Amino acid sequence: MPETSELRAKTRLFAVLTVLTNVAGNSALTKGMHQVGDPGNTPAALIGALFHPWVALGVALLIVWTLTHMALLSWADLSYVMPVTAVSYVVTALAARFFLGETVSLMRWAGIVLITSGVTLVGRTAVSSSGPV
Amino acid sequence: MKWVLVLMLVCATTVGDVFRSLGMRRHGEIRDFRPGAIGKAVGMVASNSFVIISTCAMAVSFFSFLKLVSIAPMSFAVPMSAAAFIPETLFARVLLKEAVDWRRWTGVGLILIGVFFISQ
Repeated sequence: MPETSELRAKTRLFAVLTVLTNVAGNSALTKGMHQVGDPGNTPAALIGALFHPWVALGVALLIVWTLTHMALLSWADLSYVMPVTAVSYVVTALAARFFLGETVSLMRWAGIVLITSGVTLVGRTAVSSSGPV
Repeated sequence: MKWVLVLMLVCATTVGDVFRSLGMRRHGEIRDFRPGAIGKAVGMVASNSFVIISTCAMAVSFFSFLKLVSIAPMSFAVPMSAAAFIPETLFARVLLKEAVDWRRWTGVGLILIGVFFISQ
């Protein structure tokens, strides 16, 4: 069964949204938690941390991430979505380079090339191969 | 302690993703993205037992990762979090009956080596 270009376009769009909300959400959460410091393990302290603006933004973005990831999995294979969204590791490394001015070592560039090749290879397979479960 | 957390992280991530995929497949393709329809879909999905199991597992995965990062360097924690790709691909093949061909396996292999390099 050939896949419609509409399905592939929808998959691309949701994969991009999944990756961006994941990277932005984790970054905001990390920045917020660094500002809050170690809240300890008590539930009250963890809930208190949620009111920090960066933490709240991070949590909100991760909720959007969860919804887009779930929508994506409603039509696309897990063995397609999982490797393709791994491009988030590359986006994180490049964001650190451009926003935080971190240097990218030769080894990191090699990692970026390897991940991108893997993502491209999986991206060429059919989005959906399984029927209803 | 470090390896116990890695085991928890990999198992919880695998359970979380596989059950999320099962639950969403059972729900069917989401086609309507108007706000009302999204709200309705969220309500339906929230009462889907596979999705509930997945969400609990994702929470365990999230907190194990946070704990792991607090006791081990990122260069260890990040590649370990990607190790879940292997059991997930296996379950996708066996349980979800997906067509996992050589390109998907090779892709996963390249990504795992890449994640190891990128985290150093």
